[in-house]
Amino acid sequence: MGKGNPKGRGIENPIKVLKRLLSYVLKEYKFLFVIVVICIFISSLSNVAGTLFLRNLIDDYITPLLNKTGADFGPLLKAILTIASIYLVGVLTNYVFNRIMIVISQGSLKKIRDDMFAHMETLPISHFDTHSHGELMSLYTNDTDSLRQMISQSIPQLLASVITIVSVFFSMIFLSIPLTIVQMIAISVMFYVIKVIGGKSGMFFGLQQRDIGKLNGYVEEMMEGQKVVKVFCHEEEAKLNFDKLNERLCDSANNANKFANILMPILGNIGNITYVLISIVGAILVISGFGGFTVGALASFLQLTRSFSQTTGQASQQFNFIVMALAGADRIFKLLDEKPEVDQGYVSLVNVNENEHGELSESVERTGIWAWRHPHSDGTVTYTKLLGEVVFDDVDFGYREDKIILHNISLYAKPGQKVAFVGATGAGKTTITNLINRFYDIQDGKIRYDGININKIKKNDLRSSLGIVLQDAHLFTGTVADNIRYGKLNATDEEVIAAAKLANAHQFIKHLPNGYGTIITGDGGNLSQGQRQLLTIARAAIADPPVLILDEATSSIDTRTEAIVQEGMDRLMRGRTVFVIAHRLSTVKNSDVIMVLEQGQIIERGSHNDLIEQKGKYYQLYTGAFELS
Amino acid sequence: MIKKLLSYVKEFKRDSIVTPVYIALEVAMEIAIPLLMGWIIDNGVEKGNMNYVLTIGAVMVIVSIFSLTFGVLAGKYAARASSGFARNLRKGMYDKIQSYSFSSIDKFSTAGLVTRLTTDVTNVQNAYQMALRMFARPPLMLISALVMSFYLNARLALIFVGAIIFLGLALYFVMTSAHPHFKNVFKKYDDLNASVQENLTGIRAVKAYVREGYETNKFYKASKSIYDNFIKAEKIIIFNSPIMQFTMNASILLLSWLGAKLIVAGSMSTGELMSFFTYTTNILMSLMMLSMVLLMTIIAKSSADRIVEVLDEKSDLSNCDKPIYEVRDGSISFSDVDFSYSKKMDNLILENINIEIKTGETVGIIGGTGSGKSTLVQLIPRLYDVTQGSIKVGGIDVRDYDIETLRNEVSMVLQKNVLFSGTIKENLRWGNKQATDEELIAACKQAHADEFIQNFPEKYDTYIEQGGTNVSGGQKQRLCIARALLKKPKILILDDSTSAVDTKTDALIRKAFKESIPDTTKLIIAQRISSVQEADKIIVLNDGKIDGIGTHEELLNSNDIYTEVYESQVKGADSDGER
Repeated sequence: MGKGNPKGRGIENPIKVLKRLLSYVLKEYKFLFVIVVICIFISSLSNVAGTLFLRNLIDDYITPLLNKTGADFGPLLKAILTIASIYLVGVLTNYVFNRIMIVISQGSLKKIRDDMFAHMETLPISHFDTHSHGELMSLYTNDTDSLRQMISQSIPQLLASVITIVSVFFSMIFLSIPLTIVQMIAISVMFYVIKVIGGKSGMFFGLQQRDIGKLNGYVEEMMEGQKVVKVFCHEEEAKLNFDKLNERLCDSANNANKFANILMPILGNIGNITYVLISIVGAILVISGFGGFTVGALASFLQLTRSFSQTTGQASQQFNFIVMALAGADRIFKLLDEKPEVDQGYVSLVNVNENEHGELSESVERTGIWAWRHPHSDGTVTYTKLLGEVVFDDVDFGYREDKIILHNISLYAKPGQKVAFVGATGAGKTTITNLINRFYDIQDGKIRYDGININKIKKNDLRSSLGIVLQDAHLFTGTVADNIRYGKLNATDEEVIAAAKLANAHQFIKHLPNGYGTIITGDGGNLSQGQRQLLTIARAAIADPPVLILDEATSSIDTRTEAIVQEGMDRLMRGRTVFVIAHRLSTVKNSDVIMVLEQGQIIERGSHNDLIEQKGKYYQLYTGAFELS
Repeated sequence: MIKKLLSYVKEFKRDSIVTPVYIALEVAMEIAIPLLMGWIIDNGVEKGNMNYVLTIGAVMVIVSIFSLTFGVLAGKYAARASSGFARNLRKGMYDKIQSYSFSSIDKFSTAGLVTRLTTDVTNVQNAYQMALRMFARPPLMLISALVMSFYLNARLALIFVGAIIFLGLALYFVMTSAHPHFKNVFKKYDDLNASVQENLTGIRAVKAYVREGYETNKFYKASKSIYDNFIKAEKIIIFNSPIMQFTMNASILLLSWLGAKLIVAGSMSTGELMSFFTYTTNILMSLMMLSMVLLMTIIAKSSADRIVEVLDEKSDLSNCDKPIYEVRDGSISFSDVDFSYSKKMDNLILENINIEIKTGETVGIIGGTGSGKSTLVQLIPRLYDVTQGSIKVGGIDVRDYDIETLRNEVSMVLQKNVLFSGTIKENLRWGNKQATDEELIAACKQAHADEFIQNFPEKYDTYIEQGGTNVSGGQKQRLCIARALLKKPKILILDDSTSAVDTKTDALIRKAFKESIPDTTKLIIAQRISSVQEADKIIVLNDGKIDGIGTHEELLNSNDIYTEVYESQVKGADSDGER
């Protein structure tokens, strides 16, 4: 966990990532993209045409006029008007291409964001256990941002550059082959420089990203524990470590920026020197009259040389953005490549009607009676009424295959029974409940729900039939009613109020400023812990599941509030199969069966009275305190 | 605000000043080059003067080399200045945060602070570098190109004036109308991030209720609204490029037409016209750059605001003039203490608190959520200052102590406690840097942590992951207690620090305290009556006021709240069992 921070790694195969990224952009917008390419092409051509026009301007229009008296500016005007219309086309295509490009880049980004989120939601819980929130968040912020830069600026810029360079190149050949050769030599020098300096800069940008990731992680950890730092007067040490990381980041940032900054002046001046070289060679050609090379042609060629080096310089500026964006894309694709939760279930939950013989028939309407629809390989379909019977048969489990933490768990919960798990923290209580709803998949053994292996049940249907109230009462931004309705999206207002009443939450909700319409913000920060817990109970109540899991639902609530919460909980538990994890005797005591867990094994089981009589671990756990005092 | 930020440039002032100077020199060279280029054509090529071409060519090469040197130096210093500036900013913020009082920490969220220290600083760093390299360039470029063109031909140069006014107005218009849309986009971004964050913390609830699809649709909507707003903003911004192209082309055409006439009339040379074309690009490009810098600054401004917010936060806790460096004993006395987080008297969290605790006593504190238990104990090590009244430790007002001395003697295990990534040993040594291995083990034995640590394959060298995710809640709490014990404090405060520890271990820990640190004053906040039952004194808090103080037996006889809680926990359970 936290180790092997992906930010530190380089990309293994940048070309592959680039291809995949481009296919992302192209898949959706193939047609628009073709238009963009055409627009860029026309726009670049119009620029080149403009440059070539300068040759004509001097050679064909101005130079001839010089020799005459009473010059006729008519042809010149015509030429200027022609080129004006070409320019106009260029401006228009430039606009069209930019306009389309926003749609493409924002659309692609939206698609990537949406895919990322949708995919993230399908990932198994273990993924969230092993990746820090900061790490996942930065995919949506930093990485998507760098992609925006690349898609909306770098790609079109590069496209335009390539087109410009190619068209400039052909114009050059058209003007003079010997000069083109000189230009080519200069170009190869430029490319060499880009390769060396750009590569260095890219490397340092990679380092910078790594260092920023490290600093980020450190700051996140220290800020999270800032109060502990204060309590232990650990400020100076905290500063010392920070300074080290900060210094390293400053170093890599300095180097990365340095190489990025010097690339442009170097390229620009190589361009200038090329200009001189070409002037000299060109002058020789003109003076010697080689191949009828004219002054105008040379002027045009020099203009082309300038635009050539300018374009190369601009394109090289995109280099770092692309390196950074590809690193981001790589991380995003890694998330997209994570395997979603496997769901090979085919048993589904349906509404049924029951006739007097107890036979079930499927119904499209809501009947209030639910059953498991179980299709068999021979084509027949059987229906099993949803009752809430849960059986663990010799279950082994470990978060990692090689480290089994639950051993030979067998248990049987009849519909409507209350099963309690007790044991020291880390004994595996929560883990067991997480297996019932398949947050994690077991390594060995079987879990059956109403007699059906839970692996055969569609995950969503399985989870819908289970209600969970966790210790950490998590609420979502929205109104109180929205939060209760989370358990059943189409619930009516009456149902919401009924659920709140059942959970003992109605009383306090009524007193909120806007009642059920009160907006809850920042994970319910404006409610007390107890009130938040009541809302999560109401949320479970409205879902009305036959099986309920209460994981330390009351442990962070003080005892007086607990009495209210407990009352709501008791009402909620009535008639359901309940798995309860609790430290408090009062919560556990009236369970039908109590399982005592130690190091992933059930070491004792029985009712409260049985276990007290056994004088085993349970007896110790719950009487220890009183014996000692 | 800018002044405040710039004060962090510090030792990089020289680099920051040198950069624009080199840029200016580079610009001067860049201005000279088109002139030389023009000369090469006019006087060299056209006249067939090979010597001239070579001479000026040589000059141009030299100028290029100078330009390159200046450019490289400018780039180097700009990088150093900006990354150093960013470093100082980060350090300044981080150091500032370290000096925050608890109330300031409460004000900023962790995620918020992290973004401020990383993304926001990077934004400002980029803007600063851009400013250093760009602010000098466009105006210089603009002015010198203008001067040169006026020098070459004043009448023709007038075209530029028109072009500049046109382009300037157009760009200004584009920028100002796009700005509010961009602000909107950033706000929407924040919303989106908040919703992702919420999903990450609540992923179990999402999955348990099979609401993946529901959440995804919610996200799609937020994502769509970013998309829409972005398009709105960029729709305006994209006018930049065509407007620029239009102005440039129009200028070139006008120049060609008028230039041709001038050349024919003999008042201008072909080479001069070529130079004019180059200046067109220079002038208009520099305007374009200015508008880019403007956009960058707008983006960086919100980041800068958020940085300054952190820097401007005042720490309201500080040492008095002559602090006392020794705490005599672990006695505590509250007299007429009122407290409110907002320092206003109308919203008191604690009201009229009077308590006397002798050194070495064990004191239990019981009360409902929001009754002010945590607040009460946090006043003792001066994590917050009282609003009225006074608290004395060892007979001296806590405000008269050196803060570090006080906090070292008053060791506190917070309710929301944190382990840091590092080995168990490293974590424990937070309590005492010089602690020997034996001392570590002794403390862990007292906190009943030794037993499970010994079960780890690497024992005390076991690596704790960030946030302590690889140990259970109860184990974490026991490690935190051991860490606090290592301070060998005169006062030990446990703020609901054994909630995840089972009752038996809880009792054993308390027993160990009694035996091994009898002289330390122990304050225990708990939910379980069993945790405080045998304390010398139990304080019952209700709604910020003391509802009763006494021993277990006394309170059972006199205090309704206490009796009620006790019955629900112990007797209530008994009668349940007999049912």
